[in-house]
Amino acid sequence: MSERPGIADPAWVRALLAGAALLVGLLLLALPLAVVFAEALRRGWGVATAALADPDTLSAIRLTLLVAAITVPVNLVGGLAAAWCIAKHDFPGRRLLTTLIELPFSVSPVISGLVFVLLFGLQGWFGPWLQARDIQIVFALPGLVLATLFVTFPFVARTVLPLMQEQGRTEEEAAATLGASGWQVFRRVTLPNVQWALLSGVLLCNARAMGEFGAVSVVSGHIRGQTNTVPLHVEILYNEYQFAGAFAVAALLALLGLATLAAKTALERLTGRRLGEGTGDAA
Amino acid sequence: MTVTVTGLVRRFGAATALDGVSFALAEGEFAALLGPSGSGKSTLLRILAGLEGSEAGEVRIAGRSMAGVPARARNIGVVFQNYALFRHMTIFENVAFGLRVRPRAARPDRAETARRVRELLQLVQIPELERRYPDQVSGGQRQRVALARALAIEPHLLLLDEPFGALDALVRRDVRRWLRGLHDRLGLTTLLVTHDQEEAMELADRVAVMERGRVVQFDPPAALLAAPATPFVAGFIGHAARLEGEVRAGVLRFGSLPLPPLRAALPDGPATAFLRPGAVVAEALAEAPGGAPPAAIELLRVTAEGERRAVLTLGGVTLEARLAPGSEARAARGAPCRLHIAGAQVFGAGGGRAEARPLRAAPVL
Amino acid sequence: MSAGTLPLPTRGVRVRAIPGFGLSLGITLLWLGLIVLLPLATLLVRPWELGLAGVWDSVTEPRVLAALRLSFGAALLAAAIDLPLGLLLAWAITRLRFPGRGLLDAAIDLPFALPTAVAGIALTALLAPNGWLGALLAAAFGWRIAFTPWGIVAALVFVGLPFVARTVEPVLRDTGPEAEEAAATLGASRPQTLARVVLPALWPALLAGFALAFARAVGEYGSVIFIAGNMPLVSEIAPLLIVVRLEQFDYAGAAAVGLAMLLLAFPVLLGLNLLQRALRRGRA
Repeated sequence: MSERPGIADPAWVRALLAGAALLVGLLLLALPLAVVFAEALRRGWGVATAALADPDTLSAIRLTLLVAAITVPVNLVGGLAAAWCIAKHDFPGRRLLTTLIELPFSVSPVISGLVFVLLFGLQGWFGPWLQARDIQIVFALPGLVLATLFVTFPFVARTVLPLMQEQGRTEEEAAATLGASGWQVFRRVTLPNVQWALLSGVLLCNARAMGEFGAVSVVSGHIRGQTNTVPLHVEILYNEYQFAGAFAVAALLALLGLATLAAKTALERLTGRRLGEGTGDAA
Repeated sequence: MTVTVTGLVRRFGAATALDGVSFALAEGEFAALLGPSGSGKSTLLRILAGLEGSEAGEVRIAGRSMAGVPARARNIGVVFQNYALFRHMTIFENVAFGLRVRPRAARPDRAETARRVRELLQLVQIPELERRYPDQVSGGQRQRVALARALAIEPHLLLLDEPFGALDALVRRDVRRWLRGLHDRLGLTTLLVTHDQEEAMELADRVAVMERGRVVQFDPPAALLAAPATPFVAGFIGHAARLEGEVRAGVLRFGSLPLPPLRAALPDGPATAFLRPGAVVAEALAEAPGGAPPAAIELLRVTAEGERRAVLTLGGVTLEARLAPGSEARAARGAPCRLHIAGAQVFGAGGGRAEARPLRAAPVL
Repeated sequence: MSAGTLPLPTRGVRVRAIPGFGLSLGITLLWLGLIVLLPLATLLVRPWELGLAGVWDSVTEPRVLAALRLSFGAALLAAAIDLPLGLLLAWAITRLRFPGRGLLDAAIDLPFALPTAVAGIALTALLAPNGWLGALLAAAFGWRIAFTPWGIVAALVFVGLPFVARTVEPVLRDTGPEAEEAAATLGASRPQTLARVVLPALWPALLAGFALAFARAVGEYGSVIFIAGNMPLVSEIAPLLIVVRLEQFDYAGAAAVGLAMLLLAFPVLLGLNLLQRALRRGRA
């Protein structure tokens, strides 16, 4: 930095480092993204839009939206409750609880799906019981929802918890001395103070819910038009050598990712802090 | 309301924050809890507010036991150390909070809430700030908001936790006087927690001095100065210097130190004397007298009031002294001087206390 | 004195300063138990249906051993490659001013934001023999990346990169230039300052980033399977083997591989964590 002459590296060193960083960014980050759109449009807009308008694609989109619409609110409530009780209360086992909440991040997505097959699959613990009652969980919507819940479980708690801890408890204590109930303290004092971090957490949770592949792949059964989410649909098209179609659908997911990224960056500018994955201490 | 605290005990792990605290506040009294940091005063305040529990002991407010009564049901106004204002609410909303969270039946309507909030903002003299957010006003104004917010719930008792800590020295004095004036108008039982003795002495009717988890003395400020109950109080109040000596036949001598003997009504034995800066007078001399090694002025300082004082080190203890009239011209760094003592608090080894007086009146006083 | 910094009280004297604890803890435990802990418990229990010897045989099959070796080896290698790359990116966005810095900062999160299946087919298209980069590398060096274990490493470098960059970044910001300026005023040369002031402060964060990147890479599935080629014994990763066994209705065998992955990852992550702590303590 030029305003720090005492420790300034020579200009050529700085230029070299900046150049190298940009090169890494270009090769490793920008090119894969560019490829998605280039491949999607290789055979023209017509083919791309036709792939998106295909009934199977549309039903995959509907399913993905439905799964996200169920999982995000559930993890929102659970994540907020967890962050609130860890940040604002003392109880033995607080650190253990924090670690457990992050657990799904260190488990392979395939294992996240596998555990639900082990529970609810044909040979699962509850498999025979469920089959006798003709309830299908694995290879059906409930399985997709459960696996998605598992992999997106930590997002909200993780984004909101550090901020809640940083803000301390005095405002909540003040509210308590003024006669507020638990809900009133949460709703009127804690929640407004973390609203942007919460929004960011919800967006990240939603992006992962809509983009999850491994866990969902294991519990889906890949039944077209029924249990196929958008990322799974990408795989099917790709494996059927319908590359333009696969990339067109992938481009849709990439846009979702980009929009999430843009929103997160905007929220970070607004709050002046980093929000979300990969920012905290390692487990 | 009256407040009675009996035998409060609170430990954190191996540390004892409160070790059997007892005291009582009279209706409408302004009391201060004074102690060095770590003396347990903040813990005590948090227990009174219901934010902290205790292992033993009892708190009664207006005769009613507070055991099992949560903070939200105690109706105690608290002004927190850094005010703990709700940062996302305007000042109006901060003050209105306590009214708006009341159960529906007891909640005033919008117009009534607004009227009460404006009245309180008028009372704390910041009616023009109601639309601002806490980070848009000064520290002194924030304190007034915190006070108005605490008063909005019409508390039985007002607790102030180091409320002046965040203010700069100039504002502090004015705010203190204003706060005392406000108390005199409202007549609300008030407990102030502070580590600043000037603050406690100026504001409070009575000051409870805390030492290592206990209240060692609870008296009006003048009584703390005139009759400190323990050596700790004598040392803590009035910035007194602590010197060891020996009492023989009612006379206290400081061994080889160049200090005059004092008359002290204590049994024979070792004793500890506490000398306040104002009670020691240094008479600067042109040249050192013969005999014992004289005291020498180490440096001169000027008090905030414009008075020059001599600073000396005797037996490893730093002592501050007024300059004797007529000797100021000779006072300089390194100048020899004779010391006179107008009075001191002395504690005998057996625990007795006496007010020591000079053997003969010093001529220069 | 804030309550958060005080040790817990000795006996049952705790008062809930802030109301609403019971309900929130209840929701949390229910949520955690049903969605995470109960399902994960099956992973610990199911493999033993095969018996101890059966589990051992199941995870020591050559195909399983090859897959585990590949998954862990590629993950470690990729995380190691991410270290200098992540440090470079973090340094660039915190310490340098250049056009495109803001964009680069945002782009670091791309691997987080891009669904893994999208990343998978994109990297495959990019590195395939006829892809933009793949053709280039084949022509220039005769390298084949896609459909070989190197393709797996490439995909894992991609998904792990932000973990290192984002973990190091706050430390780089916090240590700020002040400490380096202090070192300069004390007569240290720039390389001395970097080696003795900057890097020691960064090691714990670098290790933490490495651990996160590794943990993510070991279990990665979506971005890998398209590029891997998935040849048994050569380029088949452990998560894929779980899928294969599930498709054969070998639930216990699938669970055994999953359990083996967790048990193998655990000592690696524990070791990294302990090393990190030792470094932090050494500094304090």
